[in-house]
Amino acid sequence: MSEQALPMARQRLAIAEPTAWERLVTNRNWLGFWFMMPAAAILILFLAYPLFLGVWLSFTDTRIGRDGVFIGLENYEWLSDDSIFLQSIFNTVLYTTVASIVKFALGLYLALLLNERVPFKAIVRSIVLIPFIVPTVLSALAFWWIYDTQFSIISWSLKQLGLLDTNIDFLGNPFNARVSVIIANIWRGVPFVAITLLAGLQTVSPSLYEAATLDGATRWQIFRYITYPLLTPIIAVVMTFSVLFTFTDFQLIWVLTRGGPVNATHLMATLSYQRAILGGRLGEGAAIATSMIPFLVVAIMVSFYGLQKRKWQQGENND
Amino acid sequence: MTFNGLTRRSILAGGAAMAAGGSDLLGFAKAWAQASPFKPEAGAKLSLLRWKRFVAAEDDAFVATLDAFTKATGVTVTVSNESYEDVQPKASVAANTGQGPDIIWGLHSLAHLFPAKLVDMSDLCDYLGKKYGGWVPLAEAYGKSGGKWICIPIGTSGAMINYRKSSVEKAGFKEFPADTAGFLELCKALKANGTPAGFPFGHASGDANSFVHWLLWSHGGYLVDKNDKVIINSPETVKALEYAKALYDTFIPGTVSWNDASNNKAFLAGELHLTANGISIYVAAKNDKKDFADDIHHGYYPVGPVGKPQELHLCYPAMIFNYTKFPNASKALLAFMLEKEQYSKWLSGAQGYLTHLLNAYDSDPVWTDDPKRTVFRESSKRSLPASGIGKIGEAAASALADFLVVDMFANYVTGREDIKGAIASTERLAKRIYR
Repeated sequence: MSEQALPMARQRLAIAEPTAWERLVTNRNWLGFWFMMPAAAILILFLAYPLFLGVWLSFTDTRIGRDGVFIGLENYEWLSDDSIFLQSIFNTVLYTTVASIVKFALGLYLALLLNERVPFKAIVRSIVLIPFIVPTVLSALAFWWIYDTQFSIISWSLKQLGLLDTNIDFLGNPFNARVSVIIANIWRGVPFVAITLLAGLQTVSPSLYEAATLDGATRWQIFRYITYPLLTPIIAVVMTFSVLFTFTDFQLIWVLTRGGPVNATHLMATLSYQRAILGGRLGEGAAIATSMIPFLVVAIMVSFYGLQKRKWQQGENND
Repeated sequence: MTFNGLTRRSILAGGAAMAAGGSDLLGFAKAWAQASPFKPEAGAKLSLLRWKRFVAAEDDAFVATLDAFTKATGVTVTVSNESYEDVQPKASVAANTGQGPDIIWGLHSLAHLFPAKLVDMSDLCDYLGKKYGGWVPLAEAYGKSGGKWICIPIGTSGAMINYRKSSVEKAGFKEFPADTAGFLELCKALKANGTPAGFPFGHASGDANSFVHWLLWSHGGYLVDKNDKVIINSPETVKALEYAKALYDTFIPGTVSWNDASNNKAFLAGELHLTANGISIYVAAKNDKKDFADDIHHGYYPVGPVGKPQELHLCYPAMIFNYTKFPNASKALLAFMLEKEQYSKWLSGAQGYLTHLLNAYDSDPVWTDDPKRTVFRESSKRSLPASGIGKIGEAAASALADFLVVDMFANYVTGREDIKGAIASTERLAKRIYR
């Protein structure tokens, strides 16, 4: 553009009334809307829509390969009286509660240990992460061998030591099977908790510890009144995720037990898959999956708000 | 686990087949392509999803067949493999969304989950039936829906009794017992000798379903009658459950948690002396330990109070989806696969793992080359469909996938529920599925 043309153009701009379209693309408020669109589109397309579809399916009698008709709450009525479904709720709650508590305790313990001066710190920390890095299906297969009724390494070792005469029936007895799958889940979940809490521990300023030590605080008091309060936001987040992962666990159970023995380890997720995909009853499977939502919401509420009421969680600054 | 039909693997296998008379396969393929009533569309490309093979030689023969087909007709075939339990979900999604592999080779009553989405194959099946001595009744049961063929049963994988001859003899049985009463005595004696039997009561889609349906049917119990009315609550079912409990007490511990691989492992390790399985245990033993393989014998499931064989074997039908752009090429491929020149090689590659459903193949040398395979020749003839005496359809498939009968038996034999409770909860689930 030449130097003479520039003022001309400016003049024209100043004179011309902006069209509705021009206002739409330049107005600050609308601009915010445009910038938000991609994120909203992604959320609606990949999260809200599938969720809504799943809930909708649960009110129909859809089968794979055939559209269903709206049947209202019939699926839920049926499930409320279905002993296998009720058992799967019990299993899921038990599995999540026990595994999450143990994972938290072990994870916190590990994190505190790793936060001390240990030799080969970096290597030890990476080793701790290994269970989390191994693909779930692989670790589940490894556990499947460990728990095998005939070839379990645990049974074999105990027999060699003369402590046992027969193999332990890890996955064939309901109680043993529940304990076994929970242990496998804990093994897999502890590193996530430990490493995240460790990251939280390292943000605690050493000067606070020094001051407390000068004031003559015991180690327990230091943990109780400095470490723990400063760690709670991280704990809330970690436990929320941990509970979510555990509650929706699928691969581990599917590889180890398929929900057996006699449905003693069927979780809601595995039962939903079995009925919806393998059994072809999409509506009923969707109803089982939808039934997980209230439990998840409660679990999140408990671990997120129950553990700690801090202002940042309500969107204000921490002071 | 996808590999293209013309990748390293097929070239290796194809090369081997070429060296060993593969050229006459190609020669036949070319002549066949000229004469066949099924002409592929120009430029056709096919994709095929199959269950993942259990016996490597079977897959090699399969790949060689596809290779010859491609060379003769110019139609390329892309194969993907899926663990046999995962074929059904994939097929269901393909049927639901109207896209996916042109041909799916799955199992049992898969085709009856979505008969409206499949290509009518009556012309193909009539052609093969006429040429090869007719289809066995099981093939018609699985293949036909509403009077037309919707899938083509390619093979049956028999689950026959596998036993260690020496252990059975030691237990005092010269011959393998032919009835359920003798069978129970044998299992008791085997347990007393420390050489136990074991059959799965876990969620093992293949082995457990095959075993528990034999238990139920051989005592005259059925989930539904021929009009799909639920009749599981019957004195026959009670007898079957009682018999199962007596058997279970003689089994090696832990069979409630068994999946499809567990009995193979335990048998090959020498811990298990009697089970039911495909021929894969024997094939694996033959490759590794000859003496052990010599001791493995096969037999039929014993006949129960109903007085005739009532077994359940895995049937593998192939189906063409009507969204395919190349229905004729798909038919041509399936026809080609079942022609004697390929099919016979394939049967021998499978070494007894797959049984034909066309009568003419009864005389195939695969069944007599090794006498231990002969038992498996009857798999297709001794098997009822997965629906028992009921209608083959989505309800039957659903009941099977949901382990209804497996759970009923497991519930009772483990003592979790009494007979009435186990039957009642199964009846309730069945009525929902069959409503």
